[in-house]
Amino acid sequence: MQERIIYFDHAATTPLKKEVLDEMMPYLTEQYGNPSTIYKLGREAKKAIELARERVAKALNAEVQEIFFTSGGTESDNWALKGVAFANKDKGKHIITTTIEHHAVLHPLKYLEGLGFEVTYVPVEPNGIVDPQKVKEAIREDTILISVMLANNEIGTIQPVKEIAKIAKERRIIVHTDAVQAVGQIPVDVKDLGVDLLSLSAHKFYGPKGVGALYIKKGTKIHPFSHGGAQERNRRAGTENVAGIVGLGKAIELATANLTEYASRLQKLRDKLIDGVLSKIDYVRLNGDRYNRLPSNANFSFEFIEGESLLLMLDMKGIAASSGSACTSGSLDPSHVLLAIGLEHEVAHGSLRITLGEDNTEEDIDYLLEVLPEIVSRLREMSPLYEKVKKGGR
Amino acid sequence: MYSEKVLEHFMNPRNVGEIEDANGVAQVGNPKCGDIMKMYLKIENGIIVDAKFKTFGCGAAVATSSMATEMVKGKTIEEALQITNKAVAEALDGLPPNKLHCSVLAEEAIKAAIEDYLSKQKQQTQN
Repeated sequence: MQERIIYFDHAATTPLKKEVLDEMMPYLTEQYGNPSTIYKLGREAKKAIELARERVAKALNAEVQEIFFTSGGTESDNWALKGVAFANKDKGKHIITTTIEHHAVLHPLKYLEGLGFEVTYVPVEPNGIVDPQKVKEAIREDTILISVMLANNEIGTIQPVKEIAKIAKERRIIVHTDAVQAVGQIPVDVKDLGVDLLSLSAHKFYGPKGVGALYIKKGTKIHPFSHGGAQERNRRAGTENVAGIVGLGKAIELATANLTEYASRLQKLRDKLIDGVLSKIDYVRLNGDRYNRLPSNANFSFEFIEGESLLLMLDMKGIAASSGSACTSGSLDPSHVLLAIGLEHEVAHGSLRITLGEDNTEEDIDYLLEVLPEIVSRLREMSPLYEKVKKGGR
Repeated sequence: MYSEKVLEHFMNPRNVGEIEDANGVAQVGNPKCGDIMKMYLKIENGIIVDAKFKTFGCGAAVATSSMATEMVKGKTIEEALQITNKAVAEALDGLPPNKLHCSVLAEEAIKAAIEDYLSKQKQQTQN
């Protein structure tokens, strides 16, 4: 009998949906044509890619020719940032972002800094949300790009991208948003948001891994990502991942079709989880704004314990979750996001991220609420930091 | 990532707790880095008769603490001082490279607790 796993790590990845796989299968087997070829097999593959492009465009309220397929969120972010920076460097070399962006944004920006670009990292408020006014204050004469994520991958907070884009437009500054965590969770409309570029990744909404898309608003000055063949309208050379793209198209269509119902169900489960943890366990805090967060995300810090130990013990109980702990990454520093919202290092080490998905039920939450207090208590009994608290000190 | 032995020691750590009348106690590590080990030793006639620990840290930190306390029990001070982080890691069937610092902490905890015992002994003789 297969051991039951309760999966609470949907921000890391989601399982591929059967309907998505079914649409992908022919393009992995009999429909193997290269979409750049002119015979029927190739034409069929090309047609499948264009259908996927239409589906992505529809889901984002974009134009079909504004959608470009990539290998995932990281590539989309890299392309957006480097592509805009290189293409607009005659106008200026200043870029604005926030301190809680994903490494797929922060690391390319570090790279650009090495090439002479200047980056302002706007800090977020203690609730994990950036103040648009602070972004406005960071704007300079030579600012060419603002990149602010739509929803944070660790604490789930939703950022005021629409307001930021409005401010940027007054100064004709290009705006990019990393919407990797947001698509399939909250409505994402590029026209309503007013952004010029938007990154997404298929495996975050029950699609395949290794495929994503970048929305590039018509008229946005950007360099191609790769040079070679004429694929993706000469902007991203390389034979297309046909099956992956087909999967992305189907997955985004499904994810946006029942979004309200899906989000409302997850939000109820999330709220039950948050209320349960906060009432059953002491010395715990919820990271990120209580309400302005993704319906699937709950992120806690348990004082006096370390996140990886917590994850291992949860794993022994059949629960897969994530942590803001540094131990899993090999670095001694805990998550930059948790530090950015003002957590002390030792508190940030004891963090747990629960991200819900389609298969989670109320019973899963009940089970977590049953085992989590025991585990936290067991680890605290082992902790010299908690020993101090029990003896009346800190 | 972790050996079966590391996981076994993590799930069933030996010697967790405090020793009321410990005569060698030390705490090493830093909460900022995510690892603290507190080691309690009971030493009689130069022999470690009991060892316990409390640890704030990852799975490897707990497992190395557990193994280190097992390894020192019954040993003379001199023998215990010879225990290296490598020996602790080997006794656990190895540690991932990024977790080797946990075994270093275990070695440091043993040495610091013995040092505490020796300094107390010295003080007693001086008094």
